Amino acid sequence: MLQYKNHLEKLAKLKVKEISLIENVQTFLDKIELNKDLNAFNFVFEDALEQAKIVEEKIFNGTYGKLAGMVIAIKDVLAIKDKPLTCSSKILENFNSVYTATAIQKLIDEDAIIIGKTNCDEFAMGSSNENSAFGKVLNPIDKTRVPGGSSGGSAVAVAANLCDVSLGTDTGGSIRQPASFCGIFGLKPTYGRVSRYGLTAFASSFDTIGPFANNVEDIALILSVLSGKDEFDSTSKEIDIPNFLELLNEKNKIKIGIPQEFFGEGLNEEIKNIIQKKIDFLSQNEKIEFVDIHLPHNQYSIATYYILTTAEASANLQRYDGVRYGVRDKNQNELDEMYTQTRSNGFGKEVKRRIMLGTYVLSSGYYDAYYTKAQKVRRLIQEDFQNAFKKVDVILTPTSPFTAFKIGEKLSNPLEMYLSDIYTTSANLAGIPGISIPVGNDSNGLPIGLQLLANQFNEALLLQTAKKLIHKINE
Amino acid sequence: MNSKYEAVIGLEVHAQLSTKSKIFCGCSTKFGSNPNSNVCPICLGHPGVLPVLNKKVVEYAALMGFATNCKIRERSIFARKNYFYPDSPKGWQTSQFDEPICENGFLDVTTSDGVEHHLNITRIHMEEDAGKSIHDKGSETLVDLNRTGVPLIEIVSEPDMRSAEEAYLYLTKLKQILTYLNICDGNMEEGSLRCDANVSIRLKNETSLGTKTEVKNMNSFKNVEKAINVEIARQIEIVEDGGRIIQQTLLWDADLEDVFPMRSKEESHDYRYFPEPDLMPIVINENWRNEIAENLPELPEVRKNRFISEFKLPEYDAEILTSNRPLADYYEKVITVTRDYKSASNWIMGEVLKVLKEDKIEITDFPLSAENLGKLIELINNNTISGQIAKDIFPEILKTNEDPSKIVREKNLVQITDTSKLEGIISTIISSNQAQVQQYLSGKDSVIGFFVGQVMKASQGKANPKVVNELLKKKLIEQK
Repeated sequence: MLQYKNHLEKLAKLKVKEISLIENVQTFLDKIELNKDLNAFNFVFEDALEQAKIVEEKIFNGTYGKLAGMVIAIKDVLAIKDKPLTCSSKILENFNSVYTATAIQKLIDEDAIIIGKTNCDEFAMGSSNENSAFGKVLNPIDKTRVPGGSSGGSAVAVAANLCDVSLGTDTGGSIRQPASFCGIFGLKPTYGRVSRYGLTAFASSFDTIGPFANNVEDIALILSVLSGKDEFDSTSKEIDIPNFLELLNEKNKIKIGIPQEFFGEGLNEEIKNIIQKKIDFLSQNEKIEFVDIHLPHNQYSIATYYILTTAEASANLQRYDGVRYGVRDKNQNELDEMYTQTRSNGFGKEVKRRIMLGTYVLSSGYYDAYYTKAQKVRRLIQEDFQNAFKKVDVILTPTSPFTAFKIGEKLSNPLEMYLSDIYTTSANLAGIPGISIPVGNDSNGLPIGLQLLANQFNEALLLQTAKKLIHKINE
Repeated sequence: MNSKYEAVIGLEVHAQLSTKSKIFCGCSTKFGSNPNSNVCPICLGHPGVLPVLNKKVVEYAALMGFATNCKIRERSIFARKNYFYPDSPKGWQTSQFDEPICENGFLDVTTSDGVEHHLNITRIHMEEDAGKSIHDKGSETLVDLNRTGVPLIEIVSEPDMRSAEEAYLYLTKLKQILTYLNICDGNMEEGSLRCDANVSIRLKNETSLGTKTEVKNMNSFKNVEKAINVEIARQIEIVEDGGRIIQQTLLWDADLEDVFPMRSKEESHDYRYFPEPDLMPIVINENWRNEIAENLPELPEVRKNRFISEFKLPEYDAEILTSNRPLADYYEKVITVTRDYKSASNWIMGEVLKVLKEDKIEITDFPLSAENLGKLIELINNNTISGQIAKDIFPEILKTNEDPSKIVREKNLVQITDTSKLEGIISTIISSNQAQVQQYLSGKDSVIGFFVGQVMKASQGKANPKVVNELLKKKLIEQK
């Protein structure tokens, strides 16, 4: 166990030398080594110790940043200058980034300590972290089970206490679903809240960067650091950044919508019952009101999501062609053969599946039937949420229809694997923020996650609600 | 051309915009830098990079739209045009597909038979240039990505042209406008202006279009005209022989003056266009539109007409003087010094253009300032020097760009208008050329020219010819 319950407490203890930052980092490094079988990290940065020395000095000098001493693991799809950036793909196994992602730079500028890069599904495509050129990641709660994906390594790093917090990316649930499988907090911010510059694109209009943590406070703190308009990302938005941490303790009355479509067929009965019990329990509180709502187009979200994200991905992954960087098949003399062999050998099965799907839906003759139609449905899904948020502050759903499944269980059935994201993709389609919070365990002792969704740029209310619910549930 | 047929031609013109930085990153657009030196992670397509649109590109594209009578869209979007090639780092070209920035424009050109042709422009859109693949260094292909991300506009015409001459004139006019707007240097040899031609033929009374071919790789205006003519002739020959035109891309070979089919593998593309999710739609609101429109300079056509009406120049003069913006600017600077509009025009169209042609330089590199040329013309007009003296000293002031009045003073070239001085010279010449005097007196008026020449010679060209003429006539009559 850690000697502190959140970063503010850690910082306070660092200041009075109750904790040594160097020892703290060394402990994390040791634990990472000890838990190597979890395979959570692609790369561990030994230079974190030197960084710890510098930051500790700053803490004693009183010239430290907001995240001073926070030890952070980074999903290996985010760029850090002169560090490997593999996206857990063979095609980038030899690649080092020449620049640093805006989000990472913001962490560094606030004196966070980057301890390594975490394993994930290749190019963030997957829901189990089994699609990685660096091997699968194990769930620390039950090592025969998956941690969820695609940010499985980042979720495990936090769940197994291999770092304080971690960054993941969420294109269709890749933060929330593994957070739920691993029993921790995971936030997907509003699209446009956090700069994507330096995030290796999977689906550009869906991708977001967000944190995993053991507590809501750290999520709020790190979000306030990550947020803001970036001149290098045209889709990032110029909008006020509230002090999320301070706003956590607001005591407003909250109206929570329960979308009926999220509790129907496909949802594991046990999860359904446990969540229902929590709702019943919480409804006793006079400051929390639950109302039934409808999100009628959610039934199309998986189909819409896979058409649009694969379309964008098929283009985004064209740059991995062996010409300028990455791994090239050197045995070919003809250009087309070089492309074909480089990409056939460099990409894994799931990535190739999605590239082909995306190429197909954009092909002339099919574009309107798939891409154009899916864009229209995306708008309907957005409208569903806009209408819902006229009636309620926050929406509550299960994060996943099931708890962590067995390794290999769904590998041979991609469609079933895709259903892992049935409750999470609509937030990415609508660009709204969502958080998964741990609310209990099933009979196998596996964590159950509860998803909260709020309107665009309303993370303050989202986090407030998360804090309130967790507080009540743990009472 | 076989008179049974008419040609149908449309042009796709790519113009490299002369912005300082690239379209989606801060890299320099400088031509001729060391290979792969004007590059960054963004234009190299590294993982995680995003484009940020250079606002100047939008303004330049809109300016071209205004200048070619286009409708400027309030909202336009970028799209990804997907294809694999080593000089395309992202695997797509960021371009515009649906909703381009400018639509529905036109240009009018007048062919040598005096007929005016109204040529419609379908669209103008913004896009990024690709890098350069260099295949002629051994067996390897070398890739230079300096050009990757240099901004382009593509100007697409309707298939409204019926002859290579129209195409040539249209292209010339586009270049003239681009350079007037100062948004492209218009250099076809360096590739900052590129032109592809879509060519088909049909029987003269036919209304439907024939199968077209696309002709590429013309690196000069003249080659565009030649290539189109060659392609028209090729198509007519095929049809006359009972053959059928195949839709294909042809490459012009300037040395062989012929077109050759491109490998069919290279042209069978499905570009899978879709809206670029990394860029927001470009919204040109009324304020911005007005701001851009305010920067629209006087265009060649308008300026030409103004030169005719304001300076009373012949159309021929006005046409040449306004053919490019710096030349017209030079003329307008000259006439701030001298009000003799026609003489200024004559000097520029004569002496100045001759030097530009001989030295192969542009007017912007012409050593003599407009001010000094204006002063030179004034020296003639106020009778300080003769036109001949002016022409004689022109090479010298060209070299030094010195105030011509200073040179005239130093060399003592001030014209002699003082009759008493001239009378002396004339008397000497008359007395020593009695034979010619007799000829004159017997009615051969043209002999006066001989005397004028002698007087000019004796005065080292400084005598005022008009005064000499009058005095000579008077003195010769006295010899009777």
